[in-house]
Amino acid sequence: MRTPSYRSLRVWQRNRDVFFKLWRTEVPGFFAEPLFILLAMGVGLGTYVALSDNTDYLEFIAPGIVAAYAMFSASAECTYGSFVRMKFQRTFDAIIATPLNMEDVVAGEIFWGATRSLLTSVAILIVIAAFGLVNSWWALIVLPIAVLSGLMFSSIALFFTSLAPSIYSFNYYFTLFITPMFFFSGVFFPLDAFSPTVRRLCRVSPLTPAADLTRALVSGQPGEGSWWGLAIILGLIVIFFPLALIMMRRRLLK
Amino acid sequence: MSLIKARGVVKKFGSITAVNGVDLDVNEGECFGLLGPNGAGKTSLVRLIIAASPITEGTIWVDGKDITKMPRQIKANLGVVPQEENLDPDLTVLENLLVFSRYFDIPKKEARQRALSNLQFFELQERQKAKIDELSGGMKRRLLIARALMSRPKLLILDEPTVGLDPQTRHLVWQKLVALKGQGVTLLLCTQNMEEAWRLCDRLAIMNDGKIVALGTPRELLARYGSTLIIEARPRYEEKKAAVTAKLTQHGFQWQEIEGMLYIYQGDSQVLDEELRNELVITSQHAPTLEDVFLRLTRRSLRE
Repeated sequence: MRTPSYRSLRVWQRNRDVFFKLWRTEVPGFFAEPLFILLAMGVGLGTYVALSDNTDYLEFIAPGIVAAYAMFSASAECTYGSFVRMKFQRTFDAIIATPLNMEDVVAGEIFWGATRSLLTSVAILIVIAAFGLVNSWWALIVLPIAVLSGLMFSSIALFFTSLAPSIYSFNYYFTLFITPMFFFSGVFFPLDAFSPTVRRLCRVSPLTPAADLTRALVSGQPGEGSWWGLAIILGLIVIFFPLALIMMRRRLLK
Repeated sequence: MSLIKARGVVKKFGSITAVNGVDLDVNEGECFGLLGPNGAGKTSLVRLIIAASPITEGTIWVDGKDITKMPRQIKANLGVVPQEENLDPDLTVLENLLVFSRYFDIPKKEARQRALSNLQFFELQERQKAKIDELSGGMKRRLLIARALMSRPKLLILDEPTVGLDPQTRHLVWQKLVALKGQGVTLLLCTQNMEEAWRLCDRLAIMNDGKIVALGTPRELLARYGSTLIIEARPRYEEKKAAVTAKLTQHGFQWQEIEGMLYIYQGDSQVLDEELRNELVITSQHAPTLEDVFLRLTRRSLRE
């Protein structure tokens, strides 16, 4: 495998420039939806929900929403976003005719996906802090966690993108992978609701450790094995980051 | 010194051989043309030269460097104008050039200067704030060339740079390419436009089925393969066709039959005698052009 160089930063810069140029069209979507969910589920549904440890339901789901939307941002960027740049705009073709190689391009895309996770997390974190739902300075550690979780979801997404025959393939990615994770990773309810078998299945989801860890940090009670989640996230990055590089080279440099 | 040197280059895609043993030398400062029908292997060869595609066999050196070993250094000195437009539609005209120059680590201030002067050179300075989809096809093509020149490359590779352009723009592009050559830029030009090849290229290679089938200056190729007069005719009586063609061969004429039409290449001291003329209906005759050379050398593949 060839390794990416500092030049992947150039691809990151290109995506950053475009994002801040077009942020008016992109950002509202990523802001509005988590806010609606917080209101509908946290405030609305939450009135009827009593958690076993007496935590306020809004307080329970808020950190989960941070982790879930970090996932959505990175995943959307490195599936639809990357695919459009790769296939329709032929941006990758243009870039690899310069001193950058394919690994620089792919790494730059992944780094940008992780940055999107960070931006989303910061935004939602500020909102939930304004609601008084952040209890501890530990919450600042959520930001590096969002970057790592972004690297993980971007790498997985780009790996899938390297195999996707058409842009419609991403419907499968979202309906069969991202959406189930959204519902079954402990974002909306503790996983003890399920039998041990189902619970184990939910633990396979890469969002589970990210949501657990974020919740522990925001509530100010990290420890209790939450840090194991960090090991899972790092492990998945180590697997999928190189895999995305290798598969993209295979797909594009024939 | 040759700026591009290729030896025994082969490119296979599975069972298909796109480039089948090409040796090539492109000299510094020349405009070298690569001609060939669709599927002849021109674009595949170019993709190998710009290290966008792994080579199956053989070696290519650009500026003395092996492309498999030093692709970054080579690409830093190379401008590529692709056949399919790949400008960045999320950016404006000027931003396209600035963002592109970042890939080459050109300092910001320098990049801006070069971008503005390149836009001026290609008569796009008034459109610098325009979005890419607001540009006409000709403007996009000019911008693609302007972009390829941001790194001040020694070698500019153009894949059919004037296809689909109106005559005015085509002439403007030609004029700019001639000017670039005057500044010492080496040009490698893939084209199917014979007028373009004739006007711009110092030397030409005609490719067919992944191989170079002829190489020389345009005049040399014309002298070697063009004969003095080309006669297009069909047999007056279809049933006598075999006899007529046998007679042509017997008289020392070179000829080809395409879709029932005979193309007779009449050499310097040759004439069609009365008898042959009576057997043929001559539809046209003309002095040979590069196009005839091209068709003669690549015709078979067109029929496949």
